[in-house]
Amino acid sequence: MTDTPVIQLSDLSIGFTGRAGYTLPVLRNIDLTVRPGESIGLVGESGSGKSTVALAAMGYLKRGLRVLNGRATFEGHDMFALNRKELESLRGGHLALIPQNSGQSLTPTLRIGAQLTEALRLHSRLDPSQFSARVLELLGQVRLPDPQAITRRYPHELSGGQQQRVAIAMALAGEPRALLLDEPTTGLDVTTQAHILELLRDLARETGMAMVYVSHDLGAIARVCDRVVVMYAGEVVMEGSARQVLTAPTHPYARGLLASIPKLSDPHLPMALGGRPPAPGGAGDGCAFVDRCALASDLCRTSRPMLAPGPGGAPVRCHHADRADTLPMTSTGDHAARAEVGTAPVLSLQDLEIRYSKPGILDRLRGLQDTRPATVDDITITIAKGETLGLVGESGSGKSTILKTIAGLLPPAGGEIRFDGDAPLPRSVEQRGPDHLRRIQLIFQNPDDSLNPRHTIAEILEQPLKLYFGLSGTALQDRCVEILERVRLGGHYLDRLPSQLSGGEKQRVAVARAFAANPDLVLCDEVTSALDVSVQAAVLELLNDLKAAQGTTYVFVSHDLAVVRALSDRVAVLYQGRLCEIGPSAEVYALPSHPYTEVLLGAVLEPDPDTAPKLTADDVIELSPPAKGCPFQRRCPRKIGAKCDTDTPPWQTRDDGHAIRCHIPLDDLHRQQQADS
Amino acid sequence: MLQMFLRRLFLGAITVAIVSMIIFAGVEILPGDACTAFLEREAQGRVLENCREELDLNRPAVVRYLDWASDALRGDLGVSANGQRSIAEMVGARLQNSLLLAACALIVGVPTAIFLGVVSGLWRDRPVDLILSTGAIFAMTIPEFVSATVLILVFSVWLGWLPGIVLTSANAPASEFFPEIILPVVVLAMVMTAHILRTVRSSVIEVMNSDYVQMATLKGVPYWRIVFRHALPNALLPAINVVALTIAWLLGGVVVIEVVFNYPGLGRMMIDAISDRDLPVVQAIALIVATVYVGVNLTADLLTMVANPRLRTLYTRK
Repeated sequence: MTDTPVIQLSDLSIGFTGRAGYTLPVLRNIDLTVRPGESIGLVGESGSGKSTVALAAMGYLKRGLRVLNGRATFEGHDMFALNRKELESLRGGHLALIPQNSGQSLTPTLRIGAQLTEALRLHSRLDPSQFSARVLELLGQVRLPDPQAITRRYPHELSGGQQQRVAIAMALAGEPRALLLDEPTTGLDVTTQAHILELLRDLARETGMAMVYVSHDLGAIARVCDRVVVMYAGEVVMEGSARQVLTAPTHPYARGLLASIPKLSDPHLPMALGGRPPAPGGAGDGCAFVDRCALASDLCRTSRPMLAPGPGGAPVRCHHADRADTLPMTSTGDHAARAEVGTAPVLSLQDLEIRYSKPGILDRLRGLQDTRPATVDDITITIAKGETLGLVGESGSGKSTILKTIAGLLPPAGGEIRFDGDAPLPRSVEQRGPDHLRRIQLIFQNPDDSLNPRHTIAEILEQPLKLYFGLSGTALQDRCVEILERVRLGGHYLDRLPSQLSGGEKQRVAVARAFAANPDLVLCDEVTSALDVSVQAAVLELLNDLKAAQGTTYVFVSHDLAVVRALSDRVAVLYQGRLCEIGPSAEVYALPSHPYTEVLLGAVLEPDPDTAPKLTADDVIELSPPAKGCPFQRRCPRKIGAKCDTDTPPWQTRDDGHAIRCHIPLDDLHRQQQADS
Repeated sequence: MLQMFLRRLFLGAITVAIVSMIIFAGVEILPGDACTAFLEREAQGRVLENCREELDLNRPAVVRYLDWASDALRGDLGVSANGQRSIAEMVGARLQNSLLLAACALIVGVPTAIFLGVVSGLWRDRPVDLILSTGAIFAMTIPEFVSATVLILVFSVWLGWLPGIVLTSANAPASEFFPEIILPVVVLAMVMTAHILRTVRSSVIEVMNSDYVQMATLKGVPYWRIVFRHALPNALLPAINVVALTIAWLLGGVVVIEVVFNYPGLGRMMIDAISDRDLPVVQAIALIVATVYVGVNLTADLLTMVANPRLRTLYTRK
């Protein structure tokens, strides 16, 4: 490729300037060249500066940041030297950005049509009379059904995937030659993500535009990018072809990152990358990765390595790149702990039915029954002591709802919950005794929301200890320290506030709080979804160790099938609040599968440039389940006929306890699926 | 949408009904009644009995409440204890005056407040913002009677530009209140501007930091177009409720200003009625002010709903 670069960052440093005139660099000496038609992936953990790079390429800096050194050019224009008018004509025109969270990036008070027309008015040479036709064309190009209806909608009336498509259409309005994508699929369901990525690949091929794809997700990068740039603490630490970076990385951080990703093909626990990245400006004179690196030597502490060709030729920033291949880049090889799974059920859900909508006062007075299908229905699951049950499904599948109901936060509309063989558990948390409350604990997705920001870690941990065990004085203190040590934090954290902790540390405190109650059943609601992969691996390891030590039973909810696989003994797949499949995890992840499980598994992206997702069903978001028949009837690629629409499918159970709820006989299903794979 | 509106209206009516009961009960608990107030020192023995007989005060409280409430619903607020005049008529003129004062203050105050709030938010932490924000805090914290007195001192006593006190009678037509009304309007506008300005300022700052404004910037939308098309329609939504509270305050809560400027509004009538122990009038005014509060807040909620597509579509689609 000899073409002149589209985007070029040369020796770019960006940072904050403190009061005394000293600077805190967020980006250090970034060199990045993007050629026409090329797609480059920028990977790294949160705080590595990857989004700042994308924004800098547009000449945009977040509040408080400034350019310390170097320049950013787009087709020869120095982005930080242009005046406002020139910037406005480039941005959204030949250089466009697709934001991370389209839901929040579309103006809530403007209709979709108006926002797209605005982009055309600013950047297109079309006559205004052609705008509306072009808007429809753009919406069609991003494969949105019924574009006419979409133009009249407001952003909040679209699903996450649809919002993302609108954002893509908006970027395409200016006929960009370079497209910057800032985590464009983070937060979307796996099937939606896979569809969006295929769309982007196709668009890049059709239009010949260059792409810079910013993501922490190596699976997505592997699917979309030719070249990958790995960032750490504001520096480029490695750069190379996607294949090179994903299969033979020469930087220790890149290897660690790969090892920490749970993979569908590998049932073992992923390996945690210890420590955390330095704060901006905290990297010192040496290598920024030195504190977390297994190869670190004295040289690494005193001298900052330069980006230089390493083994295999790809540029790498490491003094010991030649020895990097001694570091593992796959999982630990540890199986999830198999604490003795007893036979006595700890928890059994019988015909559980949950509804969010309550009939209004008037309807109740008139004695009307709610005839709409329940949000969650017909859930019967038994969980044995020491077992981990994984609950998977797309957003809206009811997995978190079921956890809330078990915890008593959302009383069920029907059915019963039995705990430890007792009489049915009282429906709501107010009616449960302290012993039940203690024995069932819940850990939430986001520790920023679940830990009170004004309470110190000590206060957070003391609450369950005082409440359930009546501890006080030094006994209380000692117990807090002991619990913190069990989650590998240590007593010096006691006086800190949650805001002084990193995301992973906060989630450890949340785990510690749950375990302070010495529970029998721990409900984990997407507990690793808000964390970086390396931190996620550490939290998974911690949960696994605690389970091995205490024989705790988990119900583990996640949208990430690989994470669920790493930790669970059994897996249940939910669609629209109904169970599709349940069984030992090895069986659920193998054939035959329920057609929905098959769709889910097919959409998972592995960090491997040679795999492609199998997309067999549309990523339609259904708002409510069908009134009768199979819940998956409308999207099922293996639908056999009217029977699926009218009859509830039967459970087909095999000897190993693996059960699939489908009208297709298991043997037929197995044969069809084997033939397709 | 209509169902939603009817439900809110129904709840508003219930609120007013409950408030009316509380008002009635409150007045009932006070020692003395209309007759003791009216008859003063002669309120004893036969005279008092006769008076009570005449005014039907011997019937049970519940019956009297229902009577009062159903009359009030028909617009009949009864007669005052002092002078036996129709309260509806007395209050009517005062309510008009209060509305005039409120309308003038709103016409001056709301656009000023929104304009200054937006300026302050857009030029956050710049000198203009510091001056406006500090000014707003002063306007909020200095008691109205102090600022009113200072204004009277400056503009009436020293400069002699404006009348410092309202001498027009309560029943005069609106036009006769000019220019006497100017100073009270200025004082009221100052206080309300401060409140609305601060709300608008923080809302503008929040919206200008939002992802969609960043996105619009990166889409190449010119700055002022971002401000007017993307930011302000969102930033001004919270202002609706603050303005509503301000209206309610203007109609019933500006007693101090009315007393300082001798303005014949509802608030001063209430004070006079209280000092005269004219309980029927006190009851009537309290009821009117409560109804205004509920009505104005209901209107604000509905306006917010109409202006915010998120809320609007919640009730019109699906």
